[in-house]
Amino acid sequence: MDMRCFDMGQIDIAWCPGCGNFAILNALKQALSELEIKPERLVVVSGIGQAAKAPHYYRCNLFNGLHGRSLPVATAIKAVNPELIVIDESGDGCMYGEGGNHFIHAIRRNPDITNIVHNNMVYGLTKGQASPTSLQGFKTLVQREGVFHEVFNPLAIAISLGASFVARAFAGDVAQTKDIIKEAISHKGYALVDILQPCVTYNKLNTYAWFKAKTYYLDSSYDPHDRNEALRRASEVEKLPLGIFYLHPRPPFEEKLSVYQESKDPLYKRSPDLKKLSEWIDSKRGV
Amino acid sequence: MKSDLRSRFNDDVSIVLCGEAGQGIQTVEHILTQTLIRSGYHVFSTEEYMSRIRGGCNSTLVRVSSKRVAAPVDRIDFLVPFSPGAVHHVHKRISSETILLGEKKNYGNGYQGENVIDIPLSEIASGVGGPIYSNTVAVVLLARLLKVEKEVLDPYLRHHFAGKDETIVRKNLEAARRGYEVSDALLRQGKIQIGLVNHNEVRDEILIDGVEALAMGAMAGGCNFLSFYPMSPSTALAVLLAEHSKEFGIIVEQAEDEISAMNMGIGAWYAGARGLASTSGGGFALMVEGLSLAGMIESPMVVHIGQRPGPATGLPTRTEQGELLFSLHSGHGEFSRIILTPGTIEDCFYLAQKAFDLADRYQVPVFILTDQYLLESHYNIPSLDPARTPLQKHFVETKQGYKRYQFTESGLSPRGIPGFGEGLVVLDSDEHDEEGHITEEMNLRTKMVSKRLKKLDLLKKDILPPELVGPENYKTLIVGWGSTYPIIKEALERLGRVDTALLHFKQVYPLHPNTVGYLQKAKKRVIVENNGTAQFGQLIRMQTGFDMDHKILKYNGLPFSVEELEERLKSVLD
Repeated sequence: MDMRCFDMGQIDIAWCPGCGNFAILNALKQALSELEIKPERLVVVSGIGQAAKAPHYYRCNLFNGLHGRSLPVATAIKAVNPELIVIDESGDGCMYGEGGNHFIHAIRRNPDITNIVHNNMVYGLTKGQASPTSLQGFKTLVQREGVFHEVFNPLAIAISLGASFVARAFAGDVAQTKDIIKEAISHKGYALVDILQPCVTYNKLNTYAWFKAKTYYLDSSYDPHDRNEALRRASEVEKLPLGIFYLHPRPPFEEKLSVYQESKDPLYKRSPDLKKLSEWIDSKRGV
Repeated sequence: MKSDLRSRFNDDVSIVLCGEAGQGIQTVEHILTQTLIRSGYHVFSTEEYMSRIRGGCNSTLVRVSSKRVAAPVDRIDFLVPFSPGAVHHVHKRISSETILLGEKKNYGNGYQGENVIDIPLSEIASGVGGPIYSNTVAVVLLARLLKVEKEVLDPYLRHHFAGKDETIVRKNLEAARRGYEVSDALLRQGKIQIGLVNHNEVRDEILIDGVEALAMGAMAGGCNFLSFYPMSPSTALAVLLAEHSKEFGIIVEQAEDEISAMNMGIGAWYAGARGLASTSGGGFALMVEGLSLAGMIESPMVVHIGQRPGPATGLPTRTEQGELLFSLHSGHGEFSRIILTPGTIEDCFYLAQKAFDLADRYQVPVFILTDQYLLESHYNIPSLDPARTPLQKHFVETKQGYKRYQFTESGLSPRGIPGFGEGLVVLDSDEHDEEGHITEEMNLRTKMVSKRLKKLDLLKKDILPPELVGPENYKTLIVGWGSTYPIIKEALERLGRVDTALLHFKQVYPLHPNTVGYLQKAKKRVIVENNGTAQFGQLIRMQTGFDMDHKILKYNGLPFSVEELEERLKSVLD
């Protein structure tokens, strides 16, 4: 499929030159076209932030909602029309900060959606505050003595909750990121792709060079079905592993819903059974 | 025991069951009301209870009548205490004419009333097999006093205990037999004479409570997605819809919090479903940001708030009409909404149904405000007609180049859904252009704000009118909204004034234009509300400039009783 079907033409992209978002956008468009996913069938849900603007820059159905609240929206969209391909694309502030509770419970529910998190370890759009994934010691105008909170580890959390697909990528490696995204979209169930990226304007610590030096790919000998091993790797801080950490196939949320047991129709095609309703009402009659 | 009680029980009998949570009082109420209606009597029941699972003290009122009843009374004709604290709990309502049916250990030596009929419930129950069986004895006793035939009682008891362990069924039938013995003996003494009139057609009527009607109405309105977080008194709605989830094809999801519940509901509408979020005031507090989202993206949404006393945790199991202004003003920014306020059990059905149509048609959030009292009161109604608001789906199939926020004459743009048609449906919580993409262009911003606000013009043409009950040439107008309707109505009937009418609102926002005319005609305006600040009175003032001359407010967590309202109305009317 031609990637150009995602092109938006002449648009004003509100990202800084050199932003990691461009690379992620590229990788995603490539992944979508290699998977032959047409824009009309695709729904992208995002929160608020620079990352969350990404879906405005490729053709798709888009629900750009509230900061941190994309996962409940994405879950419901997929639940009421499982024929749609649903991606939830936002930043680390949305997903791990404001939306932390939804992150946890989306993993538990396991809707068949792909959760792409642009993780630049800072709040870019609001001009440089720390994010849950900022490293300890990271100094900002608010965290003046340097961040001293324990670093939020989304991979470890996801793995310990039994997430069905957990992966990490690096925006600087477009080809590998594209491959990981493809696996995630193809996966049946909730798929987390935490994509490390630099913020060229506000994060002078975790730069392209820093990531390049501090990351390595899990190789073919790695077994993603081993939870303990996955947790061990997810907890590594000297060098951050990249690739698919954990696979734990579970039935997706939509498949467990009783509404699809007899009919596969999305809900918009259905109407209430008034005859059954009358029967329910009549069951409350005296005789 | 007073000799002549006959005259009091020709129209209306009030029975109060009172005891601890977990004693099975609700079972007694259930069997009693079910057998009463099957005997052709009009029934009304309501309960007040504490926020606990065992212990404390709760009371249930059952009114039986020759004519329709739908309001609580303070008066107690028959009191059945199930625990030692019961008599004290309702002592303010006991009169010299109240008849107590119970045992010494529950009414004690302190009971001053003359009319005690000692029924050794515990002793009988022990004889059958345990204290729980006293409930069946009590229910049979009461039913028989009210002239429920054995031909009605026996089959119903068997039906009620069907499916339970054989021993339990047998013991309950034995308890019933003992109940018959006691009641037959009592009836033979002739001390209690009840002359209620029963009606054959009533036997076939529907006996439900507000939350059941709400659930059925939601189904009739095409609801197929409910998201919620458990919170009294709204949880029962989710339980009911979950029960019927498979049968009716409705997704019921318990969210991790109310923020999620609200966002899920909006996501569901985006993809073509009809979503409902159900909660109480404190849960709605968390849904407020989501409400603003619905307003900005012009999404339909239906929110049910089962009101209870606040602020914060308040009184979890009690009733109040406290969230009217909250639902009116909530959500940052400016956008339209509709607020429906059912007054009766039928209203719960029809307004729930209508809410989905209004939400879909006008692409706005629609509130259904109920309260603990309305949700949990039962009375019989003749019918519910799902065909009253025919189901119409208002979303469209999109074509290429579809723009979700296309400017139109009315301000309302055709609403597409993803995956239905060739277009793309783009929504944004930021200010957006016609296509739905982010914009900061100021002229466009102004146009979009105007577009969203213009919707109010459409809403104003489609408002449920208030109902005037009483003389058209009234001098005094009593204004009410929501669940106070039947109570005000009965109080006014008792007062029998030819110069006073009730104006009841099933929709408080937008406010019907006829409101001004009604208020203008009145020489005196009285508002009745279950809150401390006369919230609807404030709304009326805001929208019309009219002040209320008197406010009758109650905010102790209980609904008005007919007698109480009658008293308080009398003092302002004279």
